[in-house]
Amino acid sequence: MLERLSDRVKKEFREWTEHMVGDERSRRLQALARTENEYGVDPFGFNLDYSLAAMAPFVWLYRHYHRVETFGIENLPPGRVLLISNHSGQLPMDGAMIGVALLLEASPPRAIRSMVEKWVPSLPFVSTFMARVGQIVGTPENCRRLLESEEAILVFPEGTRGISKLWPQRYQLQEFGLGFMRLALETNTPIVPVAVVGAEEQAPALVDIKPLAKMLGFPAFPLTVTGLPLPLPTKYRIYFGEPMRFSGRADDEDNELDKKVRTVKSAIQSMLNQGLKERRGVFW
Amino acid sequence: MRPAVVVTGISGNLGRTLAKLLHKHERIIGIDRRPFVGRPKDIEMHQLDLRKRKAEEVFRKNDIRAVIHMGIMHDPRMSEEEHHSFNVVGTTRLLEYCARYRVPKVVVLSSANVYGPSPDNSNFLTEDAPLMAASRFSGVRDLIEVDMLAHGFFWRHPHIQTVILRPVHIVGPTIKNAPSTYLRLRHPWIMAGFDPMVQLIHVEDAARAMMEAALRPEPRGVYNVVGPGEVPLSSIHRELGHAAIPVPHPVARPLLGLLFKYRLANFPPPELDHIQFLCNVDGSRWLQDVDWKPRYSMRETIRSVVGD
Repeated sequence: MLERLSDRVKKEFREWTEHMVGDERSRRLQALARTENEYGVDPFGFNLDYSLAAMAPFVWLYRHYHRVETFGIENLPPGRVLLISNHSGQLPMDGAMIGVALLLEASPPRAIRSMVEKWVPSLPFVSTFMARVGQIVGTPENCRRLLESEEAILVFPEGTRGISKLWPQRYQLQEFGLGFMRLALETNTPIVPVAVVGAEEQAPALVDIKPLAKMLGFPAFPLTVTGLPLPLPTKYRIYFGEPMRFSGRADDEDNELDKKVRTVKSAIQSMLNQGLKERRGVFW
Repeated sequence: MRPAVVVTGISGNLGRTLAKLLHKHERIIGIDRRPFVGRPKDIEMHQLDLRKRKAEEVFRKNDIRAVIHMGIMHDPRMSEEEHHSFNVVGTTRLLEYCARYRVPKVVVLSSANVYGPSPDNSNFLTEDAPLMAASRFSGVRDLIEVDMLAHGFFWRHPHIQTVILRPVHIVGPTIKNAPSTYLRLRHPWIMAGFDPMVQLIHVEDAARAMMEAALRPEPRGVYNVVGPGEVPLSSIHRELGHAAIPVPHPVARPLLGLLFKYRLANFPPPELDHIQFLCNVDGSRWLQDVDWKPRYSMRETIRSVVGD
């Protein structure tokens, strides 16, 4: 019974998505069925049918709540690519919005994979949801495997340092991990810097209750003005920069890699600054 | 007389399946403590324990071209001491005989379970991934030890072709291992909110892989062996028409612990990791080195547990 109910909900949501994105886009999205087997999943657990249903509320948020505007999405090269973005907002809405942007605005549509935190697979429901919409645990092996099969991967090198940052740190990029640069060099993958403007104000957090986070096994426990980290209807602007190509040894010293990482970081920071200058306010 | 292939653990389900495939081409000598029910006449059978001196006589008296070792048991009800002794001492003795009597080829059956399911796992583990299973489930410690014994043997005896196969969950109509038994439950538990991708292999495909490993000259070292692919656990239950019962994971472990203790369930609680987290492997090395493909489709493999 539960199964039939969930099948019905899935169908309704799918139709909602199709209604919002229109016939032509729906047809192009169908082409993303990739390497699905007879049970409708690819080897990583991605399921197009599920994803089209699950994306409905996010398409609505994209269009009507955060009213996302994208700039430079045509910079996205075909084939393997690493999208490197700033991360903020307590809930990974920035990731979802970049994902929807690539499905709705990119040509051809790309189903992005993002590298999720290692604690996600230990969460009920969230783990299943993430797997079905194509998001996987951020291990270097997973990333390498996906890049070698020419996928687009979203990485937030700030990780939890970014998403759980507090109000005074907004639009200040936190320390970047070096892992993505190693993988880019190893697999000869172009990097597209991405700046998300708007997410940093969606859930202003004042304090991070670290002992509580530790107790619950969360990476952070931010206390926001609303109490919950619910996103406010801030307007999103997503900037996609020109692809950057790096050469060098993947097993180089950390400070050599750090130099390359810093060029990516400054590309993102300058797009952030530009975006902040261009916008009229947080909500419009 | 023709050189023989020695098969340990021949009386089990996988052993019998392998024997029936192999005896038409090769002279087989079977070793097992259990009797071989329905043994083809041309198979020579020795009903004995590998740890006993008499097992060595089989090696002394015969010209042996290959040994296939699958006399490894996994029974959560057995005393840990006996379990460990049978698996580890048995394997040690067998490998000693192989070295002493210059057997050119040794195939050891391990399992993809040695990596262990965990939330930190990559989606596809390669053969060089650490064997972490025992960190969460001490009951599989000796299976890892067997794998490592074989691995050590591989490095110490470069003139012997040693192959260690780590197949994914083996299922089949008469298989009685934990995954097959679980998939035969009419109302299996699932961990509420978890639906990991699972890999299964049909017992005949697994037996053919063992056979190829023994007869072909190419394979050497450790191989993951994957069946027709991976599928969400929920799709398997749906395919089999099961009404699964979602149990919240914090409750499931203590509850199953009680049921196991009072013999109302035959799964020790750490087995729950397999229906909660990923333990999938990358089988591409095997496919590259050996001309082998699973013959059973995903659907056929799943349905085989109920004898279809």
